[in-house]
Amino acid sequence: MAEVSVRHPDSGAREAEGPLPRLLHGLRAYGLIVAMWVRSTMAYRMSFVMMAVGNFLTSGLDFVAILLMFSHIDALGGFSLPEIALLYGATSTSFGLVDLFLGNAERVGRRVRDGTLDTLLLRPVPVLAQIAADRFALRRLGRVVQGLVVLVWGLARADIAWTPVDVLLVPVMLLSGAGIFAAIFVAGAAFQFWANDASQAQNSFTYGGTTLLQYPPTVFSQELVRGVTFVIPLAFVNWLPALRLLDREDPLGLPGWVDFCGPPVALVMIALSGLAWRAGLRSYRSTGS
Amino acid sequence: MRLYAAVAVSGFRRHATYRVATAAGVFTNTVFGFIIAYTFIALWDERPHLGGYDQAQALTFVWVTQALLAPLELMGGGFQEELQERIRSGDIAVDLYRPVDLQLWWLAADLGRAAFHLLGRGIVPLGVGALAFDLALPADPARWSAFGFSVFLGVVVSFALRYLVALCAFWLLDGAGVNMISVLLGIFFTGLLLPLTVFPGLFGETVRLLPWAAMLQVPADVLLGQHTGPALAGALAFQAVWAVALLAAGRALQSLATSKVVVQGG
Repeated sequence: MAEVSVRHPDSGAREAEGPLPRLLHGLRAYGLIVAMWVRSTMAYRMSFVMMAVGNFLTSGLDFVAILLMFSHIDALGGFSLPEIALLYGATSTSFGLVDLFLGNAERVGRRVRDGTLDTLLLRPVPVLAQIAADRFALRRLGRVVQGLVVLVWGLARADIAWTPVDVLLVPVMLLSGAGIFAAIFVAGAAFQFWANDASQAQNSFTYGGTTLLQYPPTVFSQELVRGVTFVIPLAFVNWLPALRLLDREDPLGLPGWVDFCGPPVALVMIALSGLAWRAGLRSYRSTGS
Repeated sequence: MRLYAAVAVSGFRRHATYRVATAAGVFTNTVFGFIIAYTFIALWDERPHLGGYDQAQALTFVWVTQALLAPLELMGGGFQEELQERIRSGDIAVDLYRPVDLQLWWLAADLGRAAFHLLGRGIVPLGVGALAFDLALPADPARWSAFGFSVFLGVVVSFALRYLVALCAFWLLDGAGVNMISVLLGIFFTGLLLPLTVFPGLFGETVRLLPWAAMLQVPADVLLGQHTGPALAGALAFQAVWAVALLAAGRALQSLATSKVVVQGG
């Protein structure tokens, strides 16, 4: 009797040595799953357009609230509307990018509960890539676009003495901000291996974090600012680089070079969240039902 | 009546089983309470007595909002998705044959859910807020009971609106779009973003007459003592009128919808 091969065409990559080939394999798998979800979304084009516009509007509501506030005031915590728009746009764009690429990682708790995580473990594709691409929702581009619109307006209207360093700082800010949020998303997903119906708590750090960063640090108490600088380093998402752009003192009086620490902070956080994810996945016990 | 009471109790119990999720929700509501409270302090520092509130009242508004967020289902989710799924799958036909009133059944279940969320997710954030900030909470038990009744009416209005949204599934099948619009309108017009009294001019006056105002703004104002005497009766009547009108609209839409239900054989 001929031996039936059930080898998955991709399974060679699983045995691939070294972190780099494994990473590339994971990214390729991620891309394939994303492409599948995008194709399925585009089957209902009108529905997609409505949801994307809805996403754009929903995420813009926070900014409408700020505009309403500025119908009564000229400055909040000493910051003008364009300056706040800069802060808002920067965090909203970073967060939007991560929400787009990793937004459904929070569904891992549900998968643990209903046992469908087992299916993902059987496939020769890294579980994190599958979780991240799960039900990929292109409509979340709406938030990214909304963030960018506010950011560009803020950058244009705020009083910035542009230098080459400043110009470079804007994309670095957006990308390292996205890196920091990505680490929080992954760590939150890992946490759900232990507390599998606590996905709400993650919102405190993701949506809560981005809401916090929409306002200038002068609004908040020193302890809170210290907490989001040294404990959960959200301040590196936009506060520190944006304060440099706006040529303002940071409220903790840190040395100037700290403003450029976004990328290393993001890398360290991503590494830590990767370890947390591994530990979580190892501790996973199937529901068995 | 006993039946609906039992349904309400089971609605309460069903949500009481999610302990970790409740704790996570309390944590989230508390974190958001802190963030928004600080922004409100900055705003009221800049403009004292904005919207007719002093700073302590504005901060109380923040924490009452966080306490009522889950009972009022202001961020979406809730029974409407379950009902829409039953409409889409056709299970609704079975429900319609049952000797119970569909709207009252879901109302009872939702009241049970809201009661649990009020206890499970409301008290702790409000307590933390009262410890951390100087709030304008009344000592008068009469005002607290008026607030309780006002919250009850607010939940009924919230239910009645979401029931209308759920019934849209009879025509649209996929409820995702209307649900999103419903949440969007809710976030903006309930006062979740900013108290409706801060909305300027004619726009503000209009917004304060819409049903969403009956959900959060009125209960918060009742607690803050913005309505006393005849004005209090007026505020509660405003909520009651919207509750009755929206429940009646739900009934009308339901009979329109059920007259077109075609049970597919199989």
